[in-house]
Amino acid sequence: MMDALIRSLIDGLLLGFVYGIAAMGLTLIWGVMNVINLSHGSLIALGMFSVYYLFVGLGIHPYIALVLTAVLGLIFGIIIYFIAVHRVINAPELSTLLATYSVNMMILGIGTAIFTTTPRNIPLDLGSIQFGDTVITMTRLIAAIISVGVAVGLFLFLKYTRPGRYIRAVTDNRDAAEIVGVPSAQVLALTFGLGTLLAAVSGGLIATFFPFTILSGETYELKSFVIGVLGGLGNPVGSLFGGLILGLIEGLVPMAMPTTWTPVLEFVLFVLILLVAPNGLFGGEE
Amino acid sequence: MRRKLYILIGILLVAGMVLAACGKATPTSAPAPKASESSQNNVPAKTSAPSAKEVTVTIGFTQSKTGKFNEESTRQSDGLDLWIKQVNDQGGIKLSDGTVVKFKAVSYDDESSGDKVQQLYTRLITKDKADFLISPYSSGLTSSAAIISEQYGKIMLATGAASDSIFKKGYQRVYQLYTPASHYLTGAVDLLQSLDPNVKKVAFIYENSKFSTAVVKAAKEYAEKKGYDVVMFEGYDKGTTDFGSFINKIQDSGAEAVMGGGHFQDGSTLARQIYEKKLPIKYLALLVAPPDPSFADLGDAALGVVGPSQWEATANYSPESAKAAGLTWFGPTSADFVKAYKAAYNEDPDYHSAGGYVAGLVLQKAIMDAGSVDPDKVKAALDKMDILTFFGHIKFNTADAHGLQIGHEMIYIQWQKKDGKLVKEVVWPKEGATAAPLYPLKH
Repeated sequence: MMDALIRSLIDGLLLGFVYGIAAMGLTLIWGVMNVINLSHGSLIALGMFSVYYLFVGLGIHPYIALVLTAVLGLIFGIIIYFIAVHRVINAPELSTLLATYSVNMMILGIGTAIFTTTPRNIPLDLGSIQFGDTVITMTRLIAAIISVGVAVGLFLFLKYTRPGRYIRAVTDNRDAAEIVGVPSAQVLALTFGLGTLLAAVSGGLIATFFPFTILSGETYELKSFVIGVLGGLGNPVGSLFGGLILGLIEGLVPMAMPTTWTPVLEFVLFVLILLVAPNGLFGGEE
Repeated sequence: MRRKLYILIGILLVAGMVLAACGKATPTSAPAPKASESSQNNVPAKTSAPSAKEVTVTIGFTQSKTGKFNEESTRQSDGLDLWIKQVNDQGGIKLSDGTVVKFKAVSYDDESSGDKVQQLYTRLITKDKADFLISPYSSGLTSSAAIISEQYGKIMLATGAASDSIFKKGYQRVYQLYTPASHYLTGAVDLLQSLDPNVKKVAFIYENSKFSTAVVKAAKEYAEKKGYDVVMFEGYDKGTTDFGSFINKIQDSGAEAVMGGGHFQDGSTLARQIYEKKLPIKYLALLVAPPDPSFADLGDAALGVVGPSQWEATANYSPESAKAAGLTWFGPTSADFVKAYKAAYNEDPDYHSAGGYVAGLVLQKAIMDAGSVDPDKVKAALDKMDILTFFGHIKFNTADAHGLQIGHEMIYIQWQKKDGKLVKEVVWPKEGATAAPLYPLKH
């Protein structure tokens, strides 16, 4: 039993890091722009397909493909911002919600037509490492390490670079930032790009060990919401911890009860946090 | 404002989850067609006068030309069309009284929808005057069609439909060609027992769908009867991609064999993750996924995995094996069927194709045995039928679950390696086997 617990704990933690950066993308956009990005799930799915086609089609190793996917994600996010979000950024929250939802529907529609909904698998086998009865799959271990790297990178970017400082300034007070010369439109576009980048990277990482279709993003979008609320919407660092908590729940709950109960517990927790601590366990943006 | 928004989103998400969990309700049957106008039509008119030397029998069916069953249904119809073409090209069936019977097909697109099926089968019977019916593809659609065919007293050969429940409603003229769901994995239990009598602990993990649940429940009962200790019996949701927690649980339960699965995606993912996690089990048998040729894309993770199939081109049923089993052989051999199918459609037949063809073949045999196209005589011939075909043994239940298939057995395939390449071999039952089973599973 102890062995089983340790195995589940490790599985949960490794997955939790990846969920964490998916949620970070959602929560960054929310925190800086007050936009609930409902295209988050489909952007995760596009990240999956990007890595898949770069690997299967062009023979680029998935982890190098991930770097390209990150760049594509950033560019795509900026494009989405200027086409769909920029014009309604000052409108009430419902407008941006609907705008990103339309983007979501477009991606899903076009994606279904191009990719169909046949499940894809990235045939990547990097073996595993074994301690006693515990086997850790390499793809998951690497995904967790990359996720931590991405999270640290984002933190350093926001803290120490000029665009990062601009983003924080816009988060604190957009009007004041504009008065002192911060180009807020570019900063918002960059933020949306970064959020998309995070979604695409997490999708690409998930695709290295789980099968996916263009519709797979939805599951991870839901998880991102739960994690975002756990860690505090608008708090990217909290997201990483929120991801770990969710990963632990997914790893440990099934040891005690049927696995189908896991999402029930997750969403009970979600509602409880909203009621008791709406700024999340680690403090949100407010 | 923001707090309200959080709560609103929360409620929406939870509501979404609840709705998703409720899933699609199985459509209930549509109201019966106007019975008044058909009540006297129950006995079908003979296709032509008894004195005529040649009669043309109309076979009615629907095909899912659109919708989710399109692929399987097309193969099934292709198989049936091939049989019609072959019989007619050979000059039809000659009956003992000298009458020559030829066949004509009438079919419509049912759009993979149960409601549509009921309208179309009514039309096939009343307007197109179909003499015999073949079922649509899938248990759900066949269940809808059976209500109509039975109401009008038509004989329907059900192919592509594995559900047991259709045949527990007291229908008298619906005949099943597939092995019913309750027998999908029982052979896998027999195979395991023949391989290693020392294995005692079995885990069942399966998709929470009507079909998979019915299969594993029957398999669990059967395994327990055979003395196995079922150490885990748990379902997973449709669309599950992470089996990590299940695999940890199986390992914890000490199971030596794992059976279950559901459909292609989840089954292949489960096999892949079991392999990656080096789960120390000796035997793995999964539903639906393994017989699919794309299962080989899993590479080494596919090696040794066993799966049930209704039919495989390589299965060794032959006139000789019929003789050995004391059965009458009827129809072409597998090799002849595969050759003719490839020539006609330029692709390999799968079990759906074979199922379509064999529906025609069984009807042909019944008409020949009856010496007539009179539905009552054909029904009597079907009730008595006990033959071996390239598809396997065909025999129907004539007692409590009339029409249920009791002769046909699933074939169990296993992925093995030959010259470094993955190949699908038939390993069970023994009379159809093409290779010795690989055991235990090597991870």
